[in-house]
Amino acid sequence: MTNDDILQKLQAKFGQTIQHIEEPYGMLTFEAPKEDNLKILSFLKDDPSLQFTYLNDLTVVHYPEQIGKELCVVYLLQNIYTKTRIRFKTYTDIITPEVYTATSLYATANWLEREAYDFFGVQFIGHPNLIRIMNVEEMDYHPLRKEFPLEDQTRSDKDDDMFGR
Amino acid sequence: MTDSKTSKQHIQLEHDSLGKQTSTLNLGPTHPATHGVFQNILEMDGERIIEAVPTVGYIHRAFEKIAERKPYYQITTLTDRLNYCSSPINNMGWHLTVEKLIGAEIPKRVQYMRIVVMELARIADHLVCNSVIGVDTGALTGFVYVFEFRELIYEIFEEICGSRLTTNMGRIGGFERNFSDIAFNKIDHFLKTFPKAMKEFETLLTRNRIFMERTMGVGSIEAERALNYGFTGPNLRATGIDYDVRTSHPYSGYEDLVFDVPVGTTGDTYDRFLVRNAEVWQSLSMIEQALKKINELDPSVYHAAIPDFYLPPKEDVYTKMEALIYHFKIVMGETEIPKGEVYNAVEGANGELGFYLISDGGRSPYRLHFRRPCFIYYQAYPEMIKGSMLSDAVVTMSSLNLIAGELDA
Repeated sequence: MTNDDILQKLQAKFGQTIQHIEEPYGMLTFEAPKEDNLKILSFLKDDPSLQFTYLNDLTVVHYPEQIGKELCVVYLLQNIYTKTRIRFKTYTDIITPEVYTATSLYATANWLEREAYDFFGVQFIGHPNLIRIMNVEEMDYHPLRKEFPLEDQTRSDKDDDMFGR
Repeated sequence: MTDSKTSKQHIQLEHDSLGKQTSTLNLGPTHPATHGVFQNILEMDGERIIEAVPTVGYIHRAFEKIAERKPYYQITTLTDRLNYCSSPINNMGWHLTVEKLIGAEIPKRVQYMRIVVMELARIADHLVCNSVIGVDTGALTGFVYVFEFRELIYEIFEEICGSRLTTNMGRIGGFERNFSDIAFNKIDHFLKTFPKAMKEFETLLTRNRIFMERTMGVGSIEAERALNYGFTGPNLRATGIDYDVRTSHPYSGYEDLVFDVPVGTTGDTYDRFLVRNAEVWQSLSMIEQALKKINELDPSVYHAAIPDFYLPPKEDVYTKMEALIYHFKIVMGETEIPKGEVYNAVEGANGELGFYLISDGGRSPYRLHFRRPCFIYYQAYPEMIKGSMLSDAVVTMSSLNLIAGELDA
């Protein structure tokens, strides 16, 4: 199964909603609106010729400069029979970061979505138990967002132009 | 003496707790049987578990956040502290990820050297896990016996890189120094003495009546559920699915070696034990094959020719202009790093260890996500122990090869 086959099947089914198709380092990567994420995931999982029955990884990336689509939820799926991996991205804004949960399709998504909520504040609609997983319950912010720098930014003894980010 | 009426008000019982027929038991986080910081709040009906609620995150150290500020070559030390029972595999996984990003060509000899190190680490990890299943079922002998050989592996690591547990081994592009003759001798010594001990270890437990009774049918999971839960590594293979990153997505020269992928059938604790034992034998054969291939190649090669990323030898930095420039560029982060996103996975000792790296061209990753195998499959634990005895829950936990450092990142 080549990337083109997968892409053709997806485009035949979903048409123009599949956007920004790339192949970084050989892995098919595409983007779709967040309203369609469950439709696309269940199609990828249930279609007998695709069989992406395995959710390898789920994570979130924060792009603060992309207004309106700050948070990117990345699904990494795999067909373990043909050993094909694909990456599916869906963007959400940071004011109402709501994405439908994939827990009904993949049990793997349960803790991975809790982790994503914990660190980025993405609200997964329909998640059975969306509470923090690594940090304490009392925490009132989402630490992996880019607005929280790692070091104390009031320090004046370090020139950041010289020492990286 | 206080009035009994007022003191009663201080006791706050949960609603309906007096009529409750079951009891709540807190297993962990510092219970010796959990082998790490794992907490499970169990709802028990006598000896039987009705429900388990795992709590994780006790040793979360924010590695993903720290990695966003560290230069690429300093992130290796973070990976050490994921699965610290086999840190060389994590180190190599990280180097391979960066090499994939920058498109570095790695010499064959370096690839085989990496295989030797990774497979030694896998043996060490499996020895710990399998012998601890023995300890939890009441057989301390095997544990003490194989730890002698784990010690030999750690001595090899010490000879190669100078440290034992958190190894920080290798660099982007290869190794920091060549394997010494002493290292090769130590590997040979290990390969000669270990098989006999491994056989004895297997004789001790595999057909042991008590061990079989304690582990067969305990903590089993079906193949379909295991896939849905994202199982990888020996735990998935024990259910009968032959998914192994080394054969499915070969890396670092594994495609040149001949080896089997052992699988189980029922996915219970006993099968996981058998699969790991079989993998130890496969690893031994892989080390032998890799050593044979190393001997045929130019013995002076131990790193790739990528001066933009591989630190030059210190004596050259003091005497040669070019080496000094490269040294300065690497340390000050002036090296050009391509933009891009890359996912690279290695077969860790307990499953697929993935690195999802997004580079924006800066000296540190824009985002780095670790796909930690045991964080993902630990979700299935409540389902696996539901309805079983408390003592079975302990055995199941140790057979899953959970490493708190990796789970909590």
